[in-house]
Amino acid sequence: MFDTTALHKTIEMLPYFLNVLGIGALTTLGLTLAAFIVAALLGFCLALMRLSRSRFLSLIASVYLEVFRNVPILTQLFILYFGLTYIGITLPAIGAAIIGFGLNGAAILSEVFRSSIRTIDRGQSEAAFSIGMTRSLAMRLIVLPQAFKVAIPGMANFAIGLLKDTSLASAAAVPELTFKARMLVSETYQTNLIYFLLAVIYLVLSLVLSHWAARTERRLKVVKEI
Amino acid sequence: MAQSTPLVRIEGLHKSFGSLDVLKGIDLNVQQGQKISLIGPSGSGKTTLLRCVNYLEEPTKGDIYIDNELIGQRLVGTRKVPMSDKELARMRAEIGMVFQRFNLFPHLSVLENIILGPLKVQQRNRAEAVELAEDLLNKVGMFAKRDAFPEQLSGGQQQRIAIARALAMKPKLMLFDEATSALDPELVGEVLGVMRRLAEEGMTMIIVTHEMSFAESVSDQVIFMADGNIVEQGPPRQIFRESQVERTRCFIRAVQEH
Amino acid sequence: MGYAELWEATHVEFLAAAWATLQLAFGALVIGLIVGLLVALARLSKNRPLRRAALTYIEVFRGTPALVQLFIVYFSLTEIGVHFSSFQAAMIGLGLNAAAYLAEIYRAGLEAVPKGQVEAAKAIGMPHFKILRWVVLPQAIRIVLAPIGNVAISLLKDTSVASLIAAPDLMLRAQDLSSVYFMPLEIYILVGAIYFALCYPLSLGVRLLERRTRH
Repeated sequence: MFDTTALHKTIEMLPYFLNVLGIGALTTLGLTLAAFIVAALLGFCLALMRLSRSRFLSLIASVYLEVFRNVPILTQLFILYFGLTYIGITLPAIGAAIIGFGLNGAAILSEVFRSSIRTIDRGQSEAAFSIGMTRSLAMRLIVLPQAFKVAIPGMANFAIGLLKDTSLASAAAVPELTFKARMLVSETYQTNLIYFLLAVIYLVLSLVLSHWAARTERRLKVVKEI
Repeated sequence: MAQSTPLVRIEGLHKSFGSLDVLKGIDLNVQQGQKISLIGPSGSGKTTLLRCVNYLEEPTKGDIYIDNELIGQRLVGTRKVPMSDKELARMRAEIGMVFQRFNLFPHLSVLENIILGPLKVQQRNRAEAVELAEDLLNKVGMFAKRDAFPEQLSGGQQQRIAIARALAMKPKLMLFDEATSALDPELVGEVLGVMRRLAEEGMTMIIVTHEMSFAESVSDQVIFMADGNIVEQGPPRQIFRESQVERTRCFIRAVQEH
Repeated sequence: MGYAELWEATHVEFLAAAWATLQLAFGALVIGLIVGLLVALARLSKNRPLRRAALTYIEVFRGTPALVQLFIVYFSLTEIGVHFSSFQAAMIGLGLNAAAYLAEIYRAGLEAVPKGQVEAAKAIGMPHFKILRWVVLPQAIRIVLAPIGNVAISLLKDTSVASLIAAPDLMLRAQDLSSVYFMPLEIYILVGAIYFALCYPLSLGVRLLERRTRH
């Protein structure tokens, strides 16, 4: 039957749980944002390399993609973590996590960028060439601005996936949301409540992210890729 | 006929796409100020020929000279090397092209579409570019829409703006790739009107078209193409009314049966 | 110790762990395919509460990390008396997770079949069930094969998460061996190579499928 004193104690601890988890959530968001930026910058370069007319650059980018997409991200994080120690670089765990998620994310985003660039009708570049633009000018002024809009849904999907993947950083003792939850569980043994809260917080974060992305898409009047 | 060097000189032009031969040896000269119409059935190679002139298509064999300068390639000793992107862009800046599907830049307003070339390619200052653009907008009758976006405009309006965009670069030569084929019939006239006025002002024009009466009234020379070759070339009267070549007569008859 | 010697010393254990990983992924896939089908049917049913339940399922399992789902299946359920081994918990958790994505894939596959074909079939008097069996399903199946292939590849990679609830997979074996040989970097690189060897052929296969369905 219901033990009301235990229930009372649990409810009393709720603010404490939410506080700790809240700090973890902030770390999660920060980690997600930082990794997203790394992934976007590197992914953009990779996309250009894949699209370039240099077969060498294109090959390097393809190899990068295949490697990072066929190995689990947890393994990549561990390799990076131990690899950095091996070559004598000591980063805080969260730094290694940002780099690890960023490198992995770059592979995913590069495909998003590449396909959105290819969506832009060839006639657009031809019109740009016909008024005397070089390839790079045409890319910068005509193709990329249009491709960016098309890439937004893909970027949003990636961001939400990244948010969830950051939970793996708990294995490297990064003080993000999942790590804080595990800590609380080992402190208080309130497994059910804490993991329930954990799930709810992730759910809220991902729902908020997807709603925000949908609103941004609508405001920029994004035309979805066919 | 004309004694001065032709503005466009095409020599021995061949173009194949894989195993498909689209142009099988074209020789053609276009003098300054001439209006040339290219007519013929689909697949005759007229669009490919046009697109070779500004090197949007790379010829398989043959040379094209714009104002005596080889386009797309450079002569290094006796060998021909591909031209650098910058050089090619420079040459293309002097050739204007109008596309069947307009290809206006949807993320820019009408005015921005037109000033983009002068601003970013010719490095003019903004005031100069805007003045030039507004002048052209007046000429094509679209001044009122200068802040509109392409998606808000009809096909005929978009094409007139596309013409203005090409003219903003002050080209020596204008290429028209079936400029009215994608337009609703009632909008064709407004675009042809702009093209006619341009012709009267002395612009050198190469026009790929299905509008036969327009071709007849505007051109100095009409070229009938079929299966990748020039079948017949001559003044409009010769091609449209007095052709002695069976293939030409066949085509003209078929087209006029509409 | 070089890589060759390391491999010599560890490959038996690694291959055993790889086999366990494959079983884990396969089991989760089967669970996902079946549960996903049920969820998809509920999602498309005319019964509103059923539809709502399916939508909630999909949103919850796609909006929370797989790791958290594994925690709940393995740790939380124990409190209400349900005990799974870590391997079972991983298989169930990953399977339920995959089901949410597969349900949407099924739905997209069914909706991608051009409606004109269904209407044409109705117009010649085909009964509803036959339309499903002969017109809709064959095409839907062709459409979903590649996306399902992608889910399978993701599952293979996600099994690594099972190591965090101590399920006996490749990553857990790598952790154990690291403390035996004290060469964590080399060990994890080897493990990465094994995962690559498992996933890459699959992804080539999926890409082949994608190219064939586009025709």
